Amino acid sequence: MHLDPLILSRLQFVWVIAWHILLPAFTVGVASYIAVLEGLHFWTGKEIYLRVSSFWIRIFSVSFGMGVVSGIIMPFQFGTNWSRFSDATANVIAPLLAYEGLTAFFLEAAFLGVLLFGRKLVPAWAHFVAALMVAFGTLFSSFWILAVNSWMQTPAGFEVVDGRFFPADWWQVIFNPSFPYRLAHTVVGFYVTTGFVVLGVAAWLIRQGKFGPEGRLMLSTTLWLLLFLVPLQIVLGDLHGSNTLRYQPAKLAAIEGRYDTTSPVPLTLFGIPDDKAAVMHNEIAIPWLGSLVLTHSLDGEIKGLKEWPADQRPPVGPPFFAFRIMVGCGLMMLALVLWGTVLRRRERYVQSVAFLCCCQAASMLGFVAVLAGWTTTEVGRQPWTIYGLMRTADSVTPSLTGWNVLLTLIGYVLVYLVIFPGGGLVMARIIRKGPIGLDNAAIESGRPAQPVEALPGTLIEATTS
Amino acid sequence: MSYVQSFVPIWTAILAIGVFLYVLLDGFDLGVGILYGFAQDTRARNLVMNSIAPVWDGNETWLILGGVALMAAFPLAFVIIIPAVYFPVAIMLLALVFRGVAFEFRFRDAAHRTFWDHGFFYGSIIATFAQGIVLGAFIQGFKVDGRQFVGTSLDCFTPFSLLTGVALVFGYALLGSGWLILKLESGLQAEARRHGRWALAGVLACTGAVSVWTPMAQAQIAERWFSWPNVALLLPIPVITLALAWLVWRSLNRSTSSFGPFLGTVGLFLMSYLGIAISLWPMIVPYRYTLWEAASSPKAQAFLLVGTLLLLPIILLYTSWSYWVFRGKVRADLGYH
Repeated sequence: MHLDPLILSRLQFVWVIAWHILLPAFTVGVASYIAVLEGLHFWTGKEIYLRVSSFWIRIFSVSFGMGVVSGIIMPFQFGTNWSRFSDATANVIAPLLAYEGLTAFFLEAAFLGVLLFGRKLVPAWAHFVAALMVAFGTLFSSFWILAVNSWMQTPAGFEVVDGRFFPADWWQVIFNPSFPYRLAHTVVGFYVTTGFVVLGVAAWLIRQGKFGPEGRLMLSTTLWLLLFLVPLQIVLGDLHGSNTLRYQPAKLAAIEGRYDTTSPVPLTLFGIPDDKAAVMHNEIAIPWLGSLVLTHSLDGEIKGLKEWPADQRPPVGPPFFAFRIMVGCGLMMLALVLWGTVLRRRERYVQSVAFLCCCQAASMLGFVAVLAGWTTTEVGRQPWTIYGLMRTADSVTPSLTGWNVLLTLIGYVLVYLVIFPGGGLVMARIIRKGPIGLDNAAIESGRPAQPVEALPGTLIEATTS
Repeated sequence: MSYVQSFVPIWTAILAIGVFLYVLLDGFDLGVGILYGFAQDTRARNLVMNSIAPVWDGNETWLILGGVALMAAFPLAFVIIIPAVYFPVAIMLLALVFRGVAFEFRFRDAAHRTFWDHGFFYGSIIATFAQGIVLGAFIQGFKVDGRQFVGTSLDCFTPFSLLTGVALVFGYALLGSGWLILKLESGLQAEARRHGRWALAGVLACTGAVSVWTPMAQAQIAERWFSWPNVALLLPIPVITLALAWLVWRSLNRSTSSFGPFLGTVGLFLMSYLGIAISLWPMIVPYRYTLWEAASSPKAQAFLLVGTLLLLPIILLYTSWSYWVFRGKVRADLGYH
């Protein structure tokens, strides 16, 4: 049986990054949320902010730990499975990755300990600063990692010597053409993802009836935020799309499911792509709309995939469908947020069971959108690791055999199937207990006395009931 | 290319310090994880784990920095060495996953506590063993053709690398016991001292074996250590190492000495580290590429150097602060009121 190390390495990368991306998608937003809540508590002194903040800190600590361990795996993938890619690009991308470590990971890690265990050990302002630093760390991390990713999509500021990439202008490397759009679109996407998780949890708490004030606080503030962020995200997505049209036209053609260059372009709502025959079957399309959305004019031309040789075309299926899933999520989010805003009159949004149930149902919508968006942009980049310059097939480590990769892939699959559902259950348990106030376990303990022993339910319940 | 000449020494120093800090910092908390498996009861396990809960994450960050700084400053070494140690790296990463999540999961998931307890212990010991195999494979060198590793992914598993794996398990356990002696009191501290003595015995046996085996297997290394006048100049290293080992042994046995075991072990690690560095200098891909040959372009090195020189002191400053916040003994009696 022949096992292809390239396909298996790609599968492995998809597996480890698809799980990993879910965590920053949540922790970037919730770190900022915690910093805001800590700030509000610091300045107003109101207990409720402290309760809500401690609640989210507990959830954050679990997701952050999972983010760290699954994140450490990522840079090593470049070496273990993609050594030829690393050899070609290290001079350009590795300094950026190192800056991520220097500016983000240390900041997060050092201040996380204080945030989780140090509330009684440091002055209140220092605890607030720790929360801020953790939040900044997550944002710096996004900055650098998206700079690397964007450079792979729209490389700039480099020169090629003997088939390897060298930096020519660092400003152009970092602020490459797609970077500002990708950064904005991704970070806002992360905030929106967190926002919908908060919305769902708040709705559940309100419906339980035990934590009404806390739930209402979360629901109200988050709904205002989302009313601003969701439309902003749609605008950013449109800008990002225009950027893709300009710099990665083949990806855009795949997203739109266009094999033939046409003008005006209809907007394909649905279809079954057939890459071999280069046709779209069972297409449902709205005339003119494609041109309008993509080029902002009624007769704008969009290049079809046939403009490129067959071996330089991305597959159409994944980007085509993933993009539609992402946009679908976005539209559902917009509808829910607008509905909630209408219900704000006379406080109906905390009473409407239908609305609260929809919030709960929508709590994971952001993750679906993030994964779909990521699939769109990464599969759409194929068959290249560096768009137009280096092929994925030429990037894989030459010494690997299929069996090598299969073994590690099985390892990653098994471990992640224990860890991620395990983490999900742990977080669900924290949510079920609700914002019960300070985590005594973590705080009353002097020097890190007892944070880790759970005090199995009994004690915590005894002190809170 | 004269710039390269000037950046390479400083990057070598930064990387050397970074890797050493990683070995010390994650070394002691991996070692604590190894000793965790020998803790007698739940209360002991709580205290042992709590002694590193607020700081382990920062310690592990040095691993990422080591990996990406190697890729940034000496990319050729990164792209040859990492594929050559494909399995140990993957095993280490998976073990670190288990160990890392155990901190939170054990605390929040009382129903499966035993499972996460095992995850923490086995994760720590397997990650350490895998790192030791990487070290052994590194000392033995790799099959290289041009800019690529051309051996197989199983080459790194040799009797020698298995021995360095075991050596590192004892070494980290010794560091961990030094840390626990600092953070624990009375009975548990005595327990840590007892574990420390076992670990020290293991360290000495393994280090001795590695020190004899290495020059026997690698003619260049034998030449470096035993040719005149090197043999006289380098004599202080084994002498100081033995003196430190004696000091650690003595402080492990004296209940008044809290800092002795940890500091002495740091000294032992420093000596072993120096020994390896002297053996391999100036190679970064042993016996094949020097630091200068493996270096990235001056533009890449300079760009990262600016930020590193600025940020590293700040990082050390706030990391020290976070250690300071959690200073002192871990105590159980301060728990719940």
